[in-house]
Amino acid sequence: MGEDTESSKVNHSFLRDYVTEADVISTVEFNHTGDLLATGDKGGRVVVFQRETVVGHKPKGELEQVGETGESGEYNVYSTFQSHEPDFDYLKSLEIEEKINKIRWLPQQNAAHFLLSTNDKTIKLWKVSERDKQPEGYNLKDEEGRVKDISTVTSLQVPVLRPTDLMVEVRPRRVFSNGHTYHVNSISVNSDGETYLSADDLRINMWHLGITDRSFNIVDIKPANMEELTEVITAAEFHPHHCHLFVYSSSKGSLRLCDMRASALCDKHTKLFEEPEDPGSRSFFSEIVSSVSDVKFSHNGRYLLTRDYLTAKVWDLHMEKGPVETYQVHDYLRTKLCSLYENDCIFDKFECVWNSSDSVIMTGAYNSFFRMFDRETGRGVTLEAWRETSKPRAVLRTRRIYTGGKRRRGDVGVDSLDFTKKILHMAWHPEENIIAIASTNNLYIFQDRVSPDTQGPDLGSNTI
Amino acid sequence: MFPKGTKRKFSDSREEPVAGGEDVNQSSLAAVRMLSSYSLQRQSLLDMSLIKLQLCHMLVEPNLCRSVLIANTVRQIQEEMTQDGTWQIMTQALSAANAAAQCSADRLVATEVLCRQTEAAQGEQVPKPFPVVGSEGCPAEEVLEEEEEAAAAEVGMTMSTVSPQAPTSYLPGTFGMDPCWEEEETGEDDDDDDEEEEEDSEECGSGSEGEERERDSLVEDTRTAEQVFGTFEIKNPAPSPDPALEELFSDVDASYYDLDTVLTGMQSVPKMGPYDLLESLSSHGPSPLSSSTSCRSDLNELDHIMEIIVGS
Repeated sequence: MGEDTESSKVNHSFLRDYVTEADVISTVEFNHTGDLLATGDKGGRVVVFQRETVVGHKPKGELEQVGETGESGEYNVYSTFQSHEPDFDYLKSLEIEEKINKIRWLPQQNAAHFLLSTNDKTIKLWKVSERDKQPEGYNLKDEEGRVKDISTVTSLQVPVLRPTDLMVEVRPRRVFSNGHTYHVNSISVNSDGETYLSADDLRINMWHLGITDRSFNIVDIKPANMEELTEVITAAEFHPHHCHLFVYSSSKGSLRLCDMRASALCDKHTKLFEEPEDPGSRSFFSEIVSSVSDVKFSHNGRYLLTRDYLTAKVWDLHMEKGPVETYQVHDYLRTKLCSLYENDCIFDKFECVWNSSDSVIMTGAYNSFFRMFDRETGRGVTLEAWRETSKPRAVLRTRRIYTGGKRRRGDVGVDSLDFTKKILHMAWHPEENIIAIASTNNLYIFQDRVSPDTQGPDLGSNTI
Repeated sequence: MFPKGTKRKFSDSREEPVAGGEDVNQSSLAAVRMLSSYSLQRQSLLDMSLIKLQLCHMLVEPNLCRSVLIANTVRQIQEEMTQDGTWQIMTQALSAANAAAQCSADRLVATEVLCRQTEAAQGEQVPKPFPVVGSEGCPAEEVLEEEEEAAAAEVGMTMSTVSPQAPTSYLPGTFGMDPCWEEEETGEDDDDDDEEEEEDSEECGSGSEGEERERDSLVEDTRTAEQVFGTFEIKNPAPSPDPALEELFSDVDASYYDLDTVLTGMQSVPKMGPYDLLESLSSHGPSPLSSSTSCRSDLNELDHIMEIIVGS
C-alpha cells in the first residue's frame, strides 16, 4: 500500500489488517506426493503451490538425481484459477456461495494432475497440466498465428516442437452438478481411483469420475417429515484401502461405518461409533459440543480421528463403544460455552489431520493457535500461526494458555483470546513433517528441520 | 454458566417454605434464588436460541447444521420446562391472556401496567423496536391482575409475572430485528397497518411506528423460519380463535405454524396460535414468592428484555 511522506505518521495498520472476505482460505490439501499444495478460498479461487525442487548436494561419485527435493524446498505459487462463480438458485431465491468447501486431489496417473473442488452445490474436476513445448513452423499460419497469404508460400516445412517457457494450464474436465439439495460439506476420492463420494447435510452420493449426469445415492437421512429432523451429516470419507467402506459423522457426535457391499442404500450402518454421554456433565450445550466437525481415517486405515468442539478423539475401527484416545484441545472454553453460543463460535467447524506415520494428530483452535498431540506420549503442544511472531525460518515456540496456577511470561489469558482468529483448515504432508495452516487469508507452511545436533525436531516457518 | 450436575426439581422448592422458622426461610429463599437464577439463565438461553433461528440470512441459505442444533437446544429447554411445569403454566396463562384480549382486534396488547413499568424502568432509552402498543383494555387488565394474584400464591416457580408480561412477551418478536432489518424495511404492508393504527392509544408515542415494524418483522420472521428449515411444507393453518386476527395476519406465511411445531416438538402442548411462541419468549423467569415484589420482578424482567435488545 503506497504511503505519502505526509501520511507517514498516520497509522495504516487498520488497512493492513483489513481482510477481504473473498481471500479467506476455506480449504487446504496436499496432493498424494506432497509436491503440490492446493488452497481454496471464499472467492471461489484455487491456488496451487508447488514445492521447489532443490538439487541436493551429493558426495562425489554419486549420481545426482534431477528433481530431488532438498531440505529447504519451499512452496511457490504454481497456478491460480477461478474454480467456482457465485450462482443463484432461482427456485428458492437464494444465492449459492462460490466458497470452495473442499479440495481433494486424485492419485496421479500421468503427467497431469487432477483435483476435485466443490462449493455448496457443484463439484468440479480440474486438470492441471504443464506445457513447455510449442509447435512452430506452420505452413499456413505465421508466427503470430495469422493466416498467411497462400501466394507467399513457396516451400513446405514440417512444424517442429520447440521448448518454451513453462506454462501451467488448468482446464475443467468435469462438472458434477445438480446432485445435492443441501450444502456439500465433504468429498472423498475412493481408493479404486474411479469413484468418489460427496456428502451434504442429509445425503451422500457416489459418483463415477467419468460420468457427470448421474450419481448413486448411498446414504439418505432425510426424514419424511422435515419437522422431525434432529441430526445432520457433518463429514464423510472413504476408507484409504477398502473401496467398499466409508464413514460419516453426524451432528449428534456419532460415526457410522458403512459397507457398500451390504446394500445399495447404506442407511443402515455396519458399525456405529458412539461414546455414551457422561450424565454428570450434561448441559444445554452438550449436544452442540459433541457435534463432529471432521472425520479422517488414519493412513493405515485402522483408526478414525474425529474433532468435536472441545476435543479430538481417536477411534479404533474394531471398537464401537468409545474412542481409544481423547485429547482436550481447549478445555478452558468449557465454562464459556454460553458466550460462545451467543457469538456463534460454538458452531465453528475445526478440521483435524494425521501425520504420515499416524503417530501425531493436529487440529486448530482460536487466537491463531493450533494443537499437536503425540499419540505415544499423550502430550499436547500449542503452537501459533501468526505473522507478527514468526519470521521466515524462525523456530516455532510453544504457547501456553493461562488457566490458573503459576503464570509464566508469554502465557495467554483465556479472556484475551481472539475468537476471530480461528485455525479451521490445515493439512499435513503425506510423507514428511511439513504442515500447512490456513489462518484467515494467510497460509503458513511449517517444515520440520531435523538437524543432527538438536534433540528433537523443531519447526521452521515459511509464510506465504 | 449453567449449574452442572443436579437438576433442580420444581417439587423440591415447593416443599421447603412449608416448614416454619427463620433458617428454613433463609435456606428456602436461597434455594429459590438459585432456582430462579437457573431458570433465568435457561430462559435467556431459550430466547437467544429463538432469536438465532429467526435471524435471517436473507441472501444465502442458512446453515442447516447450525439450525438443527439450535432447534434441538430449544426443544431440550422446552422439554425441561414442561417437566418442571413451567411450560404448562406459561401456556395456560398466555391462553387466558389471549382470551381476555377481546377488546381490540389486534393481539398486540400491552397494558397500561406495562407502560407504567416502562417509564419506571427508564434509565435507558426505549429502543425503537420496543413497540408499546396501548390498549383500550381495562377488562383485560383486570383479568390479568387476577391472574397475577392467583399465580402469586404459587411457590418458587411462580408465573405471577406472566400476565402483565404477556403483552411484553410479544415484544421479543421484535428482538429478532437486527438494525439491518430496520434499514431494509421500507414501509411495506402499510395498508394492513391502518387497522392497528386506529386502535393505537396515544399513551405511547412510538406505538404506531413500532407497530408497523413489528408486523414487518413478523413477516420477515416467517420468511426466515421457512428458510431456516428449507423445505417445510405449507400446511393448513390452525384455526385462529379470532377472525379479526386471521384477517390481520392473512398475509403471514403459514409455514410459520410449522416452525412452531418443530420448536415445541410436542403435540401434547395445547396448540398455540401463530405468535404464541414469540409471546412466550423472554422474561418468564420465576418471581419471588410474594406478590408485593412482583412489580420489582417485572422491572427485572424488563431489564432482562432490555439487555437482550441492547445486547443483540
